[in-house]
Amino acid sequence: MADGNTSDAFVAFERVQKSYDGETLVVKDLNLALPKGEFLTMLGPSGSGKTTCLMMLAGFETATHGEILLDGKPINNIPPHKRGIGMVFQNYALFPHMTVAENLAFPLEVRKIGKSDREAKVKRALDMVQMGDFGGRRPAQLSGGQQQRIALARALVFEPELVLMDEPLGALDKQLREHMQFEITNLAHSLGITTVYVTHDQTEALTMSDRVAVFDDGRIQQLAPPDQLYESPQNSFVAQFIGENNTLSGIVTAVDGELCNVTLDDGETIVAKAVNIAGVGERTQVSIRPERVEYNKERMAEGVHTLHAEVLEFIYMGDIFRTRLRVAGKEDFIIKTRNAPDQVRLRRGDKIEIGWLPTDCHALDA
Amino acid sequence: MSGLPPYATTGQRIWYYAFRVICGLIFFFLIAPIVVVMPLSFNAQDFFTFTPEMLRLDPEGYSLKHYRDFFETSDWQAAMWNSLKIAPMATFLSVSFGTLAAIGLSSEHVPFRRAIMAILISPMIVPLIISAAGMYFFYSRIGLQGTYLGVVLAHAVLGIPFVIITVTATLVGFDRSLTRASANMGANPVTTFFRVQMPLIMPGVISGALFAFITSFDEVVVVLFVGSAGQKTLPWQMFIGLREQISPTILAVATMLVAISICLLTVVELLRRRSERLRGLSPG
Repeated sequence: MADGNTSDAFVAFERVQKSYDGETLVVKDLNLALPKGEFLTMLGPSGSGKTTCLMMLAGFETATHGEILLDGKPINNIPPHKRGIGMVFQNYALFPHMTVAENLAFPLEVRKIGKSDREAKVKRALDMVQMGDFGGRRPAQLSGGQQQRIALARALVFEPELVLMDEPLGALDKQLREHMQFEITNLAHSLGITTVYVTHDQTEALTMSDRVAVFDDGRIQQLAPPDQLYESPQNSFVAQFIGENNTLSGIVTAVDGELCNVTLDDGETIVAKAVNIAGVGERTQVSIRPERVEYNKERMAEGVHTLHAEVLEFIYMGDIFRTRLRVAGKEDFIIKTRNAPDQVRLRRGDKIEIGWLPTDCHALDA
Repeated sequence: MSGLPPYATTGQRIWYYAFRVICGLIFFFLIAPIVVVMPLSFNAQDFFTFTPEMLRLDPEGYSLKHYRDFFETSDWQAAMWNSLKIAPMATFLSVSFGTLAAIGLSSEHVPFRRAIMAILISPMIVPLIISAAGMYFFYSRIGLQGTYLGVVLAHAVLGIPFVIITVTATLVGFDRSLTRASANMGANPVTTFFRVQMPLIMPGVISGALFAFITSFDEVVVVLFVGSAGQKTLPWQMFIGLREQISPTILAVATMLVAISICLLTVVELLRRRSERLRGLSPG
């Protein structure tokens, strides 16, 4: 699934495996290649192996098998302090006994950079995160968002080509988090650094990344740009994990090129895009995004197959309406419609017909 | 002002005052023997009791002769210099080894860490006379008995448990991602230790050092076994003084030792607060 072309990659994982206890593999056969300047996010639930991968790249864990390459050179035998990789830690890991400026100067001091040069670089890094006036403070005197900025500045101050971020926004409130997402991506792109970002927040992954690697069970389930990941998930896990998703289960009854017929458990047959099915007669999970479902007859495309549905709940959310339906015997079918002037507001108990384009409906592994 | 709520019952009221009386008695029990020694050390007579002149607060009844005696007797002077040569060296060794041991034992992948910890702490638990006898036989065999180095090593062993305990306590709150961050920024393990880890565990190291110093400075049993006349320390000299020539000079020495202890405690507490503040734990 990950492209195996590692020859011109800046960072590459080649058949990497990791086991902590010698029995269970936390990371199973990881192959991943990043070109220079890419912002890649490792997304996955906790325990999926994403943080372990980051730690192996930083050098705090060693791969049990396989090779990790940085700029074409294997780094398995290079200790963390000689890798020259910047990192933002989950809890920021600012040194509490040093001022902000001393924190930033630390990586420069250990690199034996002269005092005047050092001060200039520290100042530039602080200005970059708009914290220029805070050099004399101690980390404990800063708010969470400010500490986050300092941690970011410290990871960038020695001008590394690769920066790792381990859920750096996890401790911030929603508004600040959204603001920082924007700032981090901007900085990363304007400085041209390669970034590996770990998160379990799918919105963060979608909004920030050039590409997202979805981890589960120690494997990359899909590696794709955000839009592809959302619109054409390769398997049920990705479909469920990224964004909101409706699933209907059934049996594949016919395959016709890109499309296939799926007979749902209640007997109705629908047409879906055959993405990841085992073959005719096998079970499948059909995935449809809530916003791609239409119930307004006039807006539906010609010849769209429709299903009967009953409204169970209608939730007004301002910009959108969120409606819960009973479809094909399932009671958790969600549709989202835009709050447009001509949009019909459904009521509980309404019987409607719903439909979608066959290409918006993916038949995936059961 | 009273801490009693208005709804307290008679029983609660009685207990409230009884509790304070008990606390006062305990405090008195702990402090009285030390306090009594202090005025006695200024006795103008060679007695261990308050003379009628002293009780009348007559200046004639008081003098500094026992202090003079301490500074003019070569035995006492030698003992003091011995103590001052042994205690700092033993403290230095205790702190170095104890800190390293605490750091090592706080990392999870060390096998048998509980057992190792128990062994290192044991000098604190095993009766001193047993440690002392054991050291005597062992040090005699390897030629350390009766040497300066032998006494220093023996005292270092006694001080290590205190350092391990205090440093381990500070390490519990130590965030391991700080050392990782340091490595990530290019600092080798030695730099990381001195620039990041050491400043942050300093309060524990300082407290441990104080305990180790006091342990060595006050210790009499082990030095009696391991040392020879050349390593006669202050406590040893006091012990001899009590046994052979009952002289109030001992009281003068005791008073000075108490004063030194109070000074040390104060200095160390100030140091500890300062480094705690630097650690960013309490508002600066």
